[in-house]
Amino acid sequence: MSERLSTLMPARLRPLIWPLIALAALLLFNGLFTEGFARITIKDGHVYGSLVDILKLSSRVMLVSLGMTLVIATAGVDLSVGAVVAIAGSVAAKLIVQQQIGLPMALAATSGLCLVLGAWNGTLVGWLGVQPIVATLILMVAGRGIAQLLAGGQIITVESSGFSFIAGGHFLGLPFPVTMVALMLLLTVALTRGTALGLFIEAVGNNETAALFAGVNPRAVKMFAYAFTGLCSGMAGIIEASDIKAADANNAGLYLELDVILAVVIGGTPLNGGRFDLAGSLVGALIIQTLTTTIKMRGVPVEYTLVVKAVVVLVICLAQSPELRKLLLQRRASA
Amino acid sequence: MNSASVISTDEAPLLAVRGVTKIFPGVRALDGVDFTLRRGEIHALMGENGAGKSTLIKVLTGADRRDGGEILFDGCSIDPRSPAEAQRLGISTVYQEVNLIPFLSVAENIYLGRQPMKFGRIDWKQINLRAAAALKRLDVEMEVTQPLNSYSPAVQQMVAIARALDIRAKVLVLDEPTSSLDANEVGHLFAVLRRLKAEGLGIIFVSHFLDQVYAVSDRFTVLRNGKLIGEHEAAKLPRLELVAKMIGKDLKAVEEMSARRGAEPVRTAHHPFLRVIGLGRRGSMTPFDLTIRAGEVVGLAGLLGSGRTETARLLFGIDRAEAGRMEIDGKLVTLTSPRGAIGRRFGFCPEDRKTQAVIPDLSVRENIVLALQASKGWLRKISTQQQQELAENYIKALGIATSDAEQPIKLLSGGNQQKAILARWLASHPRFLILDEPTRGIDIGAKAEIEKLIARLCSEGMAILFISSELEEVVRDSHRVVVLRDRKKVCELTGDQIDLPSIMQAIAARADE
Amino acid sequence: MKFRLSRTRVPLLATSAVFALFYTGACMRYDGFFSWTVFVNLLHDNAFLGLAAIGMTFVILAGGIDLSVGALVGFTSTFIARLIAHQLHPLPAILIALVIGTGFGAGMGALIRFAALPPFLVTLAGMFFMRGLGFAVSLETIPIKHPFYEAISEFSLRVFPVTALLFLVALIAAVYVAHYTPFGRAVYAIGGNEQSALLMALPVGRAKVRVYALSGFCSALAGVTYTFYTSSGNATAGTMLELDAIAAVVIGGTLLSGGVGYVFGTLIGVLILGVIQTIITFEGTLSSWWTKIAIGLLLLGFILLQRFLQSSAGRGGLGVANPAMARP
Repeated sequence: MSERLSTLMPARLRPLIWPLIALAALLLFNGLFTEGFARITIKDGHVYGSLVDILKLSSRVMLVSLGMTLVIATAGVDLSVGAVVAIAGSVAAKLIVQQQIGLPMALAATSGLCLVLGAWNGTLVGWLGVQPIVATLILMVAGRGIAQLLAGGQIITVESSGFSFIAGGHFLGLPFPVTMVALMLLLTVALTRGTALGLFIEAVGNNETAALFAGVNPRAVKMFAYAFTGLCSGMAGIIEASDIKAADANNAGLYLELDVILAVVIGGTPLNGGRFDLAGSLVGALIIQTLTTTIKMRGVPVEYTLVVKAVVVLVICLAQSPELRKLLLQRRASA
Repeated sequence: MNSASVISTDEAPLLAVRGVTKIFPGVRALDGVDFTLRRGEIHALMGENGAGKSTLIKVLTGADRRDGGEILFDGCSIDPRSPAEAQRLGISTVYQEVNLIPFLSVAENIYLGRQPMKFGRIDWKQINLRAAAALKRLDVEMEVTQPLNSYSPAVQQMVAIARALDIRAKVLVLDEPTSSLDANEVGHLFAVLRRLKAEGLGIIFVSHFLDQVYAVSDRFTVLRNGKLIGEHEAAKLPRLELVAKMIGKDLKAVEEMSARRGAEPVRTAHHPFLRVIGLGRRGSMTPFDLTIRAGEVVGLAGLLGSGRTETARLLFGIDRAEAGRMEIDGKLVTLTSPRGAIGRRFGFCPEDRKTQAVIPDLSVRENIVLALQASKGWLRKISTQQQQELAENYIKALGIATSDAEQPIKLLSGGNQQKAILARWLASHPRFLILDEPTRGIDIGAKAEIEKLIARLCSEGMAILFISSELEEVVRDSHRVVVLRDRKKVCELTGDQIDLPSIMQAIAARADE
Repeated sequence: MKFRLSRTRVPLLATSAVFALFYTGACMRYDGFFSWTVFVNLLHDNAFLGLAAIGMTFVILAGGIDLSVGALVGFTSTFIARLIAHQLHPLPAILIALVIGTGFGAGMGALIRFAALPPFLVTLAGMFFMRGLGFAVSLETIPIKHPFYEAISEFSLRVFPVTALLFLVALIAAVYVAHYTPFGRAVYAIGGNEQSALLMALPVGRAKVRVYALSGFCSALAGVTYTFYTSSGNATAGTMLELDAIAAVVIGGTLLSGGVGYVFGTLIGVLILGVIQTIITFEGTLSSWWTKIAIGLLLLGFILLQRFLQSSAGRGGLGVANPAMARP
C-alpha cells in the first residue's frame, strides 16, 4: 500500500512519507481526543495555542537538526551540540550584560565563536581522522565546563528587550524562533542544494573512497558539516538563553544531542550516511515535540516521555535494520 | 580410526573434492569442480580473477557452504559449516592478510580460543612455553610475549602457520602467503613447507608468483570461470602452457595465431604527454619507467597480482611514490592526491567498481557529473538543467540502459554502472585516462562498445592506459603493451611485436631469464 | 629479561606519569594531602564512577560504547531505595537491582548483536529508557533508613569504606576476567580485529552480548554503591556519569577503537579524575568547572596520543593512512 501511496507523491517528497504520516496521525489523534489541542486563539495579532507551542518549543531541535543532518549524512555524528548551546548562551549573555557592545555585535560574535567550535570538531574528524563519536566527546565534556567558566558559575540574567524578543517576540503573528528556523532552513537549502555541497556531502557519506577518487575533498566536506552544526547550535543557544532571559550553563542544551539525533533519524537520514533530507529532520523534530506535548496534555507523568522516546527510536532503527530483516526472513524460511 | 570403512592405502587421497558446485546470485562460482590433495604434497591452485580459487577455499574451510557435490576428507564425507568446524576436522587456513590480532602477544595469538587452563584461569606459562615450541618447529625463535605487530609480516605469517598447525592440521591452506615477503623470507617459508610436506601434511598453495609456484609445488590444479581446466604435475607442465590454461587459451592455437592487431603504428610524432622515470613504492611496485603519448593506448598486461592496479594507483596519486619522478608535458610534477591528478586532467576508472567508483544511492546523473563538479569546486554548481543534459547525452552516447537519469545507480547492471563511471570521466574531459579492468564482469555487447569507445577517444587525442586481464583485448586495442610480472615491468612491446604469444612468453618467463 | 617498550603500553605509562605528577604535585603544595585518609577518600568518593568505568573498560575494549551507565546508576539507586521503603530487606532489593541491570545490559547487547545497530545508538536509547524508568520510580530523593545500611556506614566509618572495598574487589575480579579467562581474551580479540576473531573461531556474537551484560551489572553495582555512599536513592544520580567513565577509561590508556588497554589503567584514570577533583577542593578558589575543562584537555591529549601511535603503526597510502576510509 505504501508503494501505491508513494507513487502519488512527487519524487522529492517520497522519503518524507512515513515521517509525515506519523506526524499526521499524532496530530489527528490529539485533535480528536485531546481537549484543547486544536484550539488556536489570536490575541494582539499573535497566534496562540498548542500547535503554535509545538512549533516554538521544537525550534531549537529543528535548528540544530539542520546541521546534524549534514554531519550524519557524512557518516558522522556530533555529540557536542548541547555543550555548544551552553557556551553560546554564556557568551551571548556575558557580551550583552558585561561588555555592553550592542545586541547585533554580541550575536554575531557568539555565532562566529560557535562556528569556530564546530570547525574544531571538523578538524579532529576531517584532518586528524579521529572517530566522530570520540572527537566530539571532547568538546561535549570540556564545553560545558567552558560555559560554566565563562558564566563564572552563575546564571547570568539578561535584561534586554531586544534579546528577549528573539525567543519571546512574534513575527507575522508566529513566534520569532519559527522565523529563525525558516531562515536557517532557507540558508541550509541554499548552501547544500544551491551549490554542489549537497552532492559532495552525499557522495562522501555514501562512499568516501569513490568520492575521493572522483576528486571530492572529504576533509573539507566534513569540516563544513561540523562547522555549520556549530553555527546552528550557537543560534539554538541564543534562543534558549533568550527564552529564559538568562544563561544557565548547567542546564542549557542538556540532552539536546539526543533529541537532535533522534529527529534526524526519524526524518529518514540514515545513520551510516548518504542521502540526507533536511525537511525530514524538521518533521522528525516536530514529531518529538508533538509526542512530548501529547504526553504532557494527556496527564501522563512527564517522566515517561523519556521512556516513550527510547522506545520510538528503537522501533524506528529496528525497522531500518537490514540485518534484523534478514534474520527474521531466515527464521520464516527455516520454519 | 575405523579402518574397515576406509581404504587406507597410501594412494587414497587426503582430500577429495568431487563435482562441487557453488552458486551465488547470478554466478556459478564453482561448477562441478574436482580437486584432489594427497598426503605429503604441495598442491598449487591456479587461476585468474573469478576462476573460483577463493570460493573453493571458502567451501573447504567452512566459510561458505557448497550447493552440490561432495568433499571426502580421509575417506569420509564432510560438510563444514564454519571455520571452527573445519579446524576441528583438521583443515586450517592461513589467509593473505594475516588474520590474527595485532595487539595481542605472539603466544596468545597461537592459542586464542583454546587456551590451556589451570585452576580456573588461563595458564599463561604453558601458553608461552608451547608457543615457543610450536614456533621452533618452524625454525623461528622469537620473544613470544611481545605483541604480534612488533614483528615483520613474514614473522606474523609464521605465527599464523604455527597457529594453523597447532590445531593438529592435516590440511594446510595457504592463500597467497608470500605477497608481502621478500626473497629470503620466501625461501624460509618454502623450507618449512617442504618439511611439513615430508611429515605427511597436505598443503594447498595459492600464489600469483609463477616462479614460486614452480619452486615449491608438486602438482597444479587450474581453474577458470568456476570450472576445472585440468590437473597437472608441475614438472611436466611448461610455464607457457600453464599461463595459456589460466587465461583460457589453447596453446597450439595461440602459437599458430599470426593475426596481429590492425591498428596503425605507434605515433612517435605525438609528443609524450606523461613520462615517469623510476617511479616506485616499497611493497607495491619496483621502480619503472613509462611514457604515454597523446592519442596513444598503452596496454598493461600481467597476471593478477603482477602490479597492474598498483601502477594505476601510483600514477593517479592514490599511493604516494617513494622513488622516481613524473613529468607532464615535459614539466616535473608531484601528485599527492587524486584531486591533484584530476587537476592535471587525469581520469581513473578503478578495478573495484563497487567500493571505489560507484556511489550507490546517488542517481546516474549525480554519479556522472561528480568528477566534473568536483573539479569545478563547490561554488560553481552545474545547473540542474545542464546536469540533466550532460547525463542524457552520455546515457545516449554510451547506450547506458536505465529508465531515466534519476535512477539510483545501484539498480543498474554491472556493465551499465561501468559505462556511467566512464561517462563520469569523459564528462570531465581528461587528457589521460586510466582504465583498470573496464570490461570485467560485463556482458559481451558492453565490452565491444567499451573497446570501440577506447579507440575513438584515442583518435581524438586522449592518452589511455588500458589494464585488462583479457590479453586479447590488450592486443587488439593497444599501440604499445607493457608487461608486468611480480610487481616489475618486464618488457614493452610495440607495433609488430604485439601479439598474444609474445605477451604470454613475457608473463611466463622465469625471473632469472 | 629484556624490556621493550611496546606501543600498547605507551598510553598506560603516560597515564601513570600524569597521575604521579598530579599526586606528588598536590602533596607538595597542600598540607595534609599526603595522607591515608585523603587517599582512602579518593577511592571512597570515586567508587561508583570506578565501578561504572570498569564495565565501560570491557565495552570499549570490545570496540563498543555504553552511554546508558549513568542512567542505570540513577535507576538502580532509586529503585533500591523504593524497594527498601516498601519494607523489603536491602539484600534481596540489591539482588533484584543487579539482576535487572545485567538483564538490561544483555538486552542492549542482543540488539547490537542481532540487529547490528550501532552501539552508541542502542545505548543512547537505553539511557533514555533507564532515566525515564528512574523518574517513574520517583522524582524525589528517597532516603534509606534500615539497620543494614546503618551497619554498613558504621563499618565504613570505623574500618574501611564499603564503597572503596566494593570497588577494589570488583577491580581484582575484572583483572582476573580480562587477563585470565577465555571470555576476557575474546573481548580483546574482538576489539583488536573482529573479522580475524571470527576467522579464529572465537564466539564473537556471544561475547558481545556478555560484554554489555557485564557493563550493565557493573553499572547496577555502581548504583548500589551510590546508595551506600549517600544512604539514599535518586533518579538523577549519575547524570553525565557515562562521560566521566569514558574519560577515565580513555585516560587510563584504553584505545577507543578497542583491543588495547588494561583494567588497571582504568583505576589510574579514575584516580586522576579523583585527584583533579580533590585538588580543586583543596585549592578552594578554583571552581568545579575546571574539573570538566581539565578532563577535556586530558581526553584530547590522550586521543591525540592514540592517533599518533596508530598512524605511526599503520604507515601507508591514502587508503590506509586515513582512517576516515574505514567506515565506523
